[in-house]
Amino acid sequence: MDSTMHSIPASGIERGREIVVQTILDVQNLQTSFKQRKKRLYAVNGISFSLKKGEMLGIVGESGCGKSVSMLSLVHLLPPSATIDNGTVLFHGRDLRSMSKKELRQIRGNQIGMIFQDPMTSLNPVMKIGDQVMEAIRHHKRLSKDEARSRAIEVLTLVGISNPAERLKAYPHQLSGGMRQRIMIAMALTCNPELIIADEPTTALDVTIQAQIVELIKRIRDELHSSMILISHDLGLMAGMVDRIIVMYAGYIVEEAEVDDLYANPLHPYTIGLLKSIPKLRGEVQEKLPSIEGSPPDLMQRPTFCPFVARCPYRIERCLRENPPLERRGDSGHKVACWVDTGGNV
Amino acid sequence: MIGKERTALVSVQGLEKHFPVRLGAFGERTGVVHAVDGVSFDIYEGETLGLVGESGCGKSTTGFCIVQLHGATKGQVLFKGVDLTTLTERQLRPIRRQMQIVFQDPYSTLNPRMTVGQSIAEPLLAHRLVGKKEATERVATLLEDVGLRASLANRYPHEFSGGQRQRICIARALSINPQFVVYDEPVSALDVSVQAQIINLMKELQEKYTLTYLFIAHNLSVIRHICDRVAVMYLGKIVEIAPKGTLFAHPMHPYTRALLSAVPEADPVWERQRRRIILEGDVPDALNPPPACRFHTRCPYADERCRREEPSLKAFTTDHLVACHYAGTI
Repeated sequence: MDSTMHSIPASGIERGREIVVQTILDVQNLQTSFKQRKKRLYAVNGISFSLKKGEMLGIVGESGCGKSVSMLSLVHLLPPSATIDNGTVLFHGRDLRSMSKKELRQIRGNQIGMIFQDPMTSLNPVMKIGDQVMEAIRHHKRLSKDEARSRAIEVLTLVGISNPAERLKAYPHQLSGGMRQRIMIAMALTCNPELIIADEPTTALDVTIQAQIVELIKRIRDELHSSMILISHDLGLMAGMVDRIIVMYAGYIVEEAEVDDLYANPLHPYTIGLLKSIPKLRGEVQEKLPSIEGSPPDLMQRPTFCPFVARCPYRIERCLRENPPLERRGDSGHKVACWVDTGGNV
Repeated sequence: MIGKERTALVSVQGLEKHFPVRLGAFGERTGVVHAVDGVSFDIYEGETLGLVGESGCGKSTTGFCIVQLHGATKGQVLFKGVDLTTLTERQLRPIRRQMQIVFQDPYSTLNPRMTVGQSIAEPLLAHRLVGKKEATERVATLLEDVGLRASLANRYPHEFSGGQRQRICIARALSINPQFVVYDEPVSALDVSVQAQIINLMKELQEKYTLTYLFIAHNLSVIRHICDRVAVMYLGKIVEIAPKGTLFAHPMHPYTRALLSAVPEADPVWERQRRRIILEGDVPDALNPPPACRFHTRCPYADERCRREEPSLKAFTTDHLVACHYAGTI
């Protein structure tokens, strides 16, 4: 796996400084669809992006925009009704799509760790926490039971669980939601993965517990220098966590930018609308909250026009004829898929 | 806000709701969950009172007790001065017409086998307010009120998106011209862009029909946009209640402060510099709540007194009530 390393890995925290950074994940033109009776549902429609070592990338969008499906496509954890129609996924230069199941299993968990939304359903209810964490360790590393146990205690301590040796004997239902999510994070960390994919890791949690988990994820990222992809619908949560953001809509990437740039200067009408429609905690309370009229399109076809056109206040005639590609605007690396120059007024 | 002469439409006094539960693998032990444990507040005519708190704090149970979906264990619920807890089901019927509830999940609260028109007309027909013919007309106006085309009345719920279904639920609640509506997490299941539409709709309808709302939610920023006053609950108790402006600008209870501080904001520059109060640990078990001040196990300021003596909800200023021994000094 080290064959493609050609530069010094750098942490993504050192934002702004000129450093040669290594790309660990490169996705090109990924397309995924589902079979639904006789129809097809086009969930991911040709997305391309890359992730640098140590970087924390956010993928944001509303339900059904394809953010989770695209991540599951990367690691081949899709349900049987889904197929990857096209695209390449290079992890350290190796194509994940052409790997055998066995090779993939070695990568998942070992080099790519996953954290899912719902800690209630992701843990086995009839297995002790310790057995579940140790199973993950022993699947990937040749360790004795005792060694696996001490590694389990180590990761549980890392995620801030007090009295870890005792907790290993507990069943999932004996723990609170926040504690279960810590266990899920611990399991993802057992093998020191280089890439962690976290899919809505705090959505099922209460706000004070969410704050604890957010701090934990930030600390882990700083301590382990892992690269991370964070999937969320919550632009507020993203703001404090990630370096770069991708906005998805109807299976397309509509905008991509550095985090500060995206919030200060959103260019896509969808991003503009989304940011405006979030109720704020500070400043004047608006009498009427700006909203995006209508609802997202159904995904029964890959549109030949802009997928946002029906809800877009900026639309022009061209939007109905051609689907805009994701293109660089200016020289900051800010990319947007829109025919119109919205001027980015927010 | 409304002038000096505010009349309480709903007045909750010392409300308690306990749920007996069976514990152990064979249900051999019994316990009592004190879901709501002595809650008092007024809801004034024409206002929106927000009830906010984390899961399991008793906010929904309070709402259910007010509209008499749960019978209270103790305490009173006065609606226009009448204590609802003493009424029989028959005596309650005419009052039920004046209060309605909208639930969180628009997917499970509409009958999938009824057209939305039938669903909206059902309360009208059940209360014998109109005949079948009139009901159809009324459904058409209601659908237009909530921003849907009248021609959609013959469709089934699965043909609608989440936001549209919540509009239908609102239309159903308003069909019998209630004066008071309880919203139990009405926008939590919706996407942000749709959430804003529904918040605006609720505000418009409130103005149009002079409605009084109890708005239950866990999301403080949503509460800020729709409510006039806010009550914060923690483990079955109200810890703070104040007009919106006061609560958000000068929160007094350490829990309210932590709650406000935990909400992430869509502003990366602010997020990097802001200092968060992060509460340790989890919300304690409602089966076995901590004695005295219930927040003392997680409170950064807690001392001996908080572990010994329960703080009562005291007026800090006339309309700002706080249940903390050290309100104003911390």
